[in-house]
Amino acid sequence: MDLQHRSPPGDHVGVHDLVKRYGDVAAVDSVSLGVKKGEFLALLGPSGSGKTTILMNIAGFDFPDSGRIEIDGQDVTWTPPYKRNLGMVFQRYTLFPHMSVLDNIAFPLRMRKIGRAEREERARAALKTVRLDGYGDRKPSQLSGGQQQRVAMARAVVYNPEVLLMDEPLSALDKNLREEMQIEIKHLQRELGVTVIFVTHDQTEALTMADRIAVLDHGKLQQLDTPRALYEAPASAFVAGFIGETNFWPATAANDAAPGDEVAVELEGGERATVMAADRLSRQQAVRVAIRPENLRLSADSGGCAATVNEAIYAGSVTTLLVRTKGPILRVRLTAATAASEPAAGTSLSLGWQPRHARAYAAA
Amino acid sequence: MKSRPSRFLLGGRTYSPAVSLLLALPFLLVILLAFLLPLGMLLRESAFAPGFTVEHYRKVFDEPVYLRVMYRTVRISIFVTLISLLLGYPLALLMARARGLQLSLLLIAVLLPLWTSVLVRTYAWLVLLQRDGLINDMLTGLGIIDAPMQLLRTEGAVVLAMSHVLLPFVVLPLYASLRAIPDDYERAAKMLGANGFAVFRHVTLPLSMPGITSGCLMVFLLALGFFVTPALIGGPQQMMLATLVQQQVTELLNWPFAGAIIGVLLFAVLVLVIAFNRVVRLDRFVGQV
Amino acid sequence: MTRTPITASRFAINAFAYAVVVFLLVPTALIIPMSFGPDRFLKFPPAGFTLHWYAAYFSDPDWLAATFFSIRIAALTAIVATIVGTLISLALVRGRLPGKPAFELLVVGPVIVPNIALAIATFLVFDGLRLTGTTLGFVAAHTALAMPFVVFTILASLYRFDADLERAALSCGASPLRAFFWVTLPQIMPGIVSAALFAFIISFDEPVISFFISDLDHRSLPRKMFEDIDYNVSPILAAVATVLTGLTILALVIGHFLGRSGRSGSTTRKTG
Ligand SMILES: Nc1ncnc2c1ncn2[C@@H]1O[C@H](COP(=O)(O)OP(=O)(O)O)[C@@H](O)[C@H]1O
Ligand SMILES: [Mg+2]
Repeated sequence: MDLQHRSPPGDHVGVHDLVKRYGDVAAVDSVSLGVKKGEFLALLGPSGSGKTTILMNIAGFDFPDSGRIEIDGQDVTWTPPYKRNLGMVFQRYTLFPHMSVLDNIAFPLRMRKIGRAEREERARAALKTVRLDGYGDRKPSQLSGGQQQRVAMARAVVYNPEVLLMDEPLSALDKNLREEMQIEIKHLQRELGVTVIFVTHDQTEALTMADRIAVLDHGKLQQLDTPRALYEAPASAFVAGFIGETNFWPATAANDAAPGDEVAVELEGGERATVMAADRLSRQQAVRVAIRPENLRLSADSGGCAATVNEAIYAGSVTTLLVRTKGPILRVRLTAATAASEPAAGTSLSLGWQPRHARAYAAA
Repeated sequence: MKSRPSRFLLGGRTYSPAVSLLLALPFLLVILLAFLLPLGMLLRESAFAPGFTVEHYRKVFDEPVYLRVMYRTVRISIFVTLISLLLGYPLALLMARARGLQLSLLLIAVLLPLWTSVLVRTYAWLVLLQRDGLINDMLTGLGIIDAPMQLLRTEGAVVLAMSHVLLPFVVLPLYASLRAIPDDYERAAKMLGANGFAVFRHVTLPLSMPGITSGCLMVFLLALGFFVTPALIGGPQQMMLATLVQQQVTELLNWPFAGAIIGVLLFAVLVLVIAFNRVVRLDRFVGQV
Repeated sequence: MTRTPITASRFAINAFAYAVVVFLLVPTALIIPMSFGPDRFLKFPPAGFTLHWYAAYFSDPDWLAATFFSIRIAALTAIVATIVGTLISLALVRGRLPGKPAFELLVVGPVIVPNIALAIATFLVFDGLRLTGTTLGFVAAHTALAMPFVVFTILASLYRFDADLERAALSCGASPLRAFFWVTLPQIMPGIVSAALFAFIISFDEPVISFFISDLDHRSLPRKMFEDIDYNVSPILAAVATVLTGLTILALVIGHFLGRSGRSGSTTRKTG
């Protein structure tokens, strides 16, 4: 790899071969990613996957063992946080408890030596954009969790930073408030045209909010793509399992195949089927076939895999069937439209799918 | 929902190594001038005169006079520790069960003496124990004794006053460890048929062991080097190690020998602290996070 | 611990515990009525009420000199120890301090080493450096002695302090120095106030080191008390003791209320 490699011209924030170790574990293992101007990028991964570490390196609170951070094409890897001109929203609201709401929001302006009158005007304007006008004189402790987080956002954007970093800003809120705030953050971002890097472990949150999602696991970047591409063409079994719901059916490849080819496999349980190779596969290789519950079709006629309905779980708009095959127990999703024909437990059926919906990954 | 403080307390420090060292510099100066340098000089005095010698250390253990002082110091310290534990445990039990105002008052009752000058408390005993003091008055008044007794300058008086002064040091850790025992353990033990004493013997006592150990260690260590109370309450016959050192220094100017006694004391203290460090965890004070 | 019906044995234990409370408090408390009694030889109960001994205390130049000397030393120690202790605590918690374990050992050092050892050693060196009887000598020695308690107290409030607040300040564009003064310091202030009061009391009634590093013209109050107790037990002492105890309690109460939001920290101390 070219050591002088720079971000592509369009990238606003660039992370290049970032490595951060704690003892023996690599918290971040050679991650590279670029964020475009005005883009909303989510860093998604299970707890401990290195999301916060990446964000802290971008913010300047932590420094990498190797690799580079670039903003606007400038190398800022070793620039202290207070000189990066970034906005940051933390998981816990981190408002300064001894300052009023307005003083909190005016704080970054004060640090930039902006005069009192302008400070107050801009702080009030920011308070208004988060729909909290009138709350300026309160102490943070007198606000609800959602209100505090909105103040934190106002504080992070009042000085018009070009990049806004957020580390699980909504995870302390309850579900309804969280969904409301997701939309609000999205609106704020569009309104300000700010580049957002948003850490979350909640895939729904990432899918609804982000323009693109970087999926991380064990400090490695698994895939960086749009929500739709991630959902429909996960690059690895991990991503397939982490984003949305997926059935895995262990199998053996019956012939060689390149990624994207159709390939015949022998499924665990002995049946044969045609699926799509997601990795380069060779004959006799152990694979895992990933099929989403909504892509499984049940029919009365034979021809597919044999299956028996174990249990039906009704959840309003959808019903999930647990069906026993000759291999694993699979989840099958029926929508309300088809639920009229919901089969009773014990019914024997045949299970089918379109080859492009069943993706075979090389087993680890 | 996670609410632990972020681990970046460790990872992303605010101050660089250079700045950190700068922040530590005044501390280093103070400790150097008023701690490391003095102790180092004193120990050097004890072993170099001017060439290396163990003569002074040998003297501590060879001469019966000094051996007797050391033996007495250890004996008194043990008595004081045991008495403090005996008096302190029931009080700590009571505090662990107390709530609200009662607990506040009991805590004040323990903390107040702790923060009252040792001199004041020693003076109080001096007044109480003197020949025409309150205790002799009461004893004669009640007809228990005919004439006032010699109470001061007895080993009993030294032990009594020292126990009084050091008692809070055993009560506080005991209270902390008793308080930390979840109610459920005692309830469970009772459900399983244990009576009051059995619960104490098999549940409360073992679980309060860390408190007992650290409280006793604290009292014992403080007693070993105790200066004020023995010096004022005791006489030459009750001389403890600290007074011996003082005499060597202020009256005889025998620095090397004083240094050797301190060396022995420091050695004993260090051995005890290291031996019990796992239980007492002095490092908990500092090395947290 | 469970609240259970009072059994005979529990009753006996509680009665014993209350007797211990009496033992803890009464001997010292008796000094107060004694300080107001007229007798030359301390008697209880006192035969009347007089402020004679207080008047004697406050008109005796020796006692006054010792008292003001101690107040000055204690105030300076409180200031110096708190500043020095805050700086090292910041380095320990918020910095990347090379040789951190060694520094931690040095912080606990003065707790472990018996006061008599420190006193003798300090005497030896300060005598050579002509620091005995000087303000600098006293403040240095007392600062070292108070350091562990000051640092424990400030560390406790720093650990309680949410480091993300500091990070938030940095991300808002504050330099580390400004982040400290604008955010960290106001948040750990209660701990710092408690630490300062601890340091004040530790210095103000410290008898052992003072005993050795005082000289004829510069004696601390504890040293003067020590002498008087040893040589001529005068009832003035009861008055001095009452004043001293009153001041200590006052300092603790102030500390309790000022430091209310940041309680805990060091409740224990060391005696000699
Ligand atoms: N200061 C630290 N010391 C040791 N290990 C750390 C530290 N910070 C993070 N780690 C480790 O690095 C990995 C990634 O952590 P983090 O970036 O916080 O993950 P996430 O934010 O995705 O939950 C974890 O295994 C974590 O234990
Ligand atoms: Mg995280």
